[in-house]
Amino acid sequence: MTTATDIAEAQLKRPAERRPDSGRGLLHRTFKPLIGTPVNAAVTLACLWVLWLGIKGTYGWLIARAVTEGGPEACKVGQGACWPFFEAKLRFMIFGVYPYEEHWRVLLVMVLFLGAIGITMIPRFWTKGLLYLWGSVIIATAVLISGGVFGLRHVPTTQWSGLPLSFLLSAVGLALGFPLGVVLALARASQLPAIRVLAVIFIEVIRGVPLISILFMASVMLPLFMPSGITVDKLLRAQIAIVIFAAAYIAEAVRGGLQAIPRGQYEAANAMGLHYWQAMRLIVLPQALKVSIPPLVNISIGFFQDTTLVTIIGLLDFLTTVRTAMQDPAWVGIAVMEGYIFAAVVYLVLSYGMGAYSRFLERRLRLGYD
Amino acid sequence: MTQSKPFVRWLAMSLIVGTAALSAAPASAQSTLETVKKRGKILCGVAPVSPGFSFADDKGARKGFDVDVCRAVSAAIFGDSEKVEYVPLNTNVRFQAVQSGEVDILSRQNTWSFSRDTSLGLDFGPVVFYDGQGLMVPTKLNVKSASELADAAICLLPGTTTLQNLEDYFRPKNIKYEAVVFENSDEWRNAFFSGRCDAITSDRSDLASVRAIANDPDQYVVLPETISKEPLAPTVRQGDTNWRDIVSWTVYALIAAEEKGITQANVDAHLKSEDPEIQRLLGASGDFGKMLGLDNNWSYNAIKAVGNYSELFERNLGPKTRLGLSRGPNTLWTEGGLLYSPPFR
Repeated sequence: MTTATDIAEAQLKRPAERRPDSGRGLLHRTFKPLIGTPVNAAVTLACLWVLWLGIKGTYGWLIARAVTEGGPEACKVGQGACWPFFEAKLRFMIFGVYPYEEHWRVLLVMVLFLGAIGITMIPRFWTKGLLYLWGSVIIATAVLISGGVFGLRHVPTTQWSGLPLSFLLSAVGLALGFPLGVVLALARASQLPAIRVLAVIFIEVIRGVPLISILFMASVMLPLFMPSGITVDKLLRAQIAIVIFAAAYIAEAVRGGLQAIPRGQYEAANAMGLHYWQAMRLIVLPQALKVSIPPLVNISIGFFQDTTLVTIIGLLDFLTTVRTAMQDPAWVGIAVMEGYIFAAVVYLVLSYGMGAYSRFLERRLRLGYD
Repeated sequence: MTQSKPFVRWLAMSLIVGTAALSAAPASAQSTLETVKKRGKILCGVAPVSPGFSFADDKGARKGFDVDVCRAVSAAIFGDSEKVEYVPLNTNVRFQAVQSGEVDILSRQNTWSFSRDTSLGLDFGPVVFYDGQGLMVPTKLNVKSASELADAAICLLPGTTTLQNLEDYFRPKNIKYEAVVFENSDEWRNAFFSGRCDAITSDRSDLASVRAIANDPDQYVVLPETISKEPLAPTVRQGDTNWRDIVSWTVYALIAAEEKGITQANVDAHLKSEDPEIQRLLGASGDFGKMLGLDNNWSYNAIKAVGNYSELFERNLGPKTRLGLSRGPNTLWTEGGLLYSPPFR
């Protein structure tokens, strides 16, 4: 049986057994693990070969054999990537069925949003001014996308689609789900049994049901309970479902953070005479949320990708508009690879961006176990 | 053409049937026509994407056969075919959307069947497209009939009735087969082209378009058997006969226009026609529009906007498109087809 002492000893011994070659040069340190032994060398060679095949194949498909001119017929005959497809469909894949002449409005919203996110990311700007910035960005977004005022043409929500819709669903879902989730997490950790039980029931029920079912309920059941003639916008229904779902998951991530805070912190806050909300706001939550950053980012990335599920209730998210572009009778069956690869690259870039920001944030907040 | 989980579909169905039974005939204070006129546009439920029937062009504008039906109705009511808001609907929510008033017309390749007509609180307009489930095989298999498909792997999409039709057809004949279900039409098509499936089954219009997409269409052949009847018809809420009349007679006007040789291009010339039925149809004489609660030039506007039935077909589905469908049973009764408009008198 391994005892704690054994483990401790083993950990003490290990560095001694496997001391890095600290005295040698960089070249030596880099190449020794790669070609130090015959087996290592063989594995390295095999990996290089696979890598080479991958690069060669990608280059051949994407550039050397690519079809750069002509229409669907040229791509049908050609063996490589079909660039004319992107030429014809790029705007549709990104903006979907939003009126063509009004695309600039959505583009402007995305630029505003990215700008605001960029500013928010820089810790120097973390002041009250940010709230005003976001307030005005949100109002501008609503005005620009929906229209109907200032001479802008009204665009019904059935035409909101593509990447902006995916952004909207996940951004609003997380922005509203976050405060709700924090409240739920506090309720679940509460001393009051009634509140705790309610929070537990809410969280477990929502987490126990797949998102797809909640979306489906929101889209199919809700209208049947409404008086006839009254319809709640389909997008709004889906958005509410996503907010509720996000809140339940965020609550659990935050609860994990709350549990990581030592009892002493709570007691110290009490001893200072802070009441519950003060203690939470000033002492506990700042530490708990810091610990929760990795799971929260995990949830954000997951939700951004989960928004593709809204396709089941007929909303045209980014993946759906890409697939719609591929199904245009002129192109159907021709640009299948191109469409899916494009979607994958866009999702990869955006998800990687979120991950990179979270790592920056962790470093910045000196969170870590080193 | 559906892509949904059986459970989800079952849930949707039971919900719809349940509520339809509970709320028997939803008493609407206002007629659909009044609501539509007040709103200034029609809400038209369409498939999110279905090549030829409902799809988006490079600029995101909706096009297709089903879309043109709604455009025709819009032209008949408003004199403008663009007063339509398209609501993309999947198979699992489409009928509920009609019941709850989310859409005024559902024009998305719905098969008209007994149970849907009687128990879902829906009414069906005239059949706009006669389809039926068929089977397609590679030519090199040398199969001439569906009864030679014993032990074949048959690939299909999880359609509402696709698998059941297959079962209904093969079980009495005691033919064993292996059904392979694909969730996604791209995968399904590629599985067939790459030889994973001995045969694929779907509606014949769908098979024809799959064949048109193939690198060499001559390598594939659609078998002669039609194993199910799929009359596709626009769908409206039950209980508003005037609205149903408007949708039905707009479609009939397009069929009658083909019969009378009226096209988008020559409809103006036909306004001066001597033929009394053409006069009544186009509103040159009589008060037919008023009887529907519309202007008398309602059908003139519809034909002017989208053309007659044959123009709709040729533009969206016909041999000149990549789908390359032949009219099949969708020709006029005078040419041995099934399209028949009741008389305008």
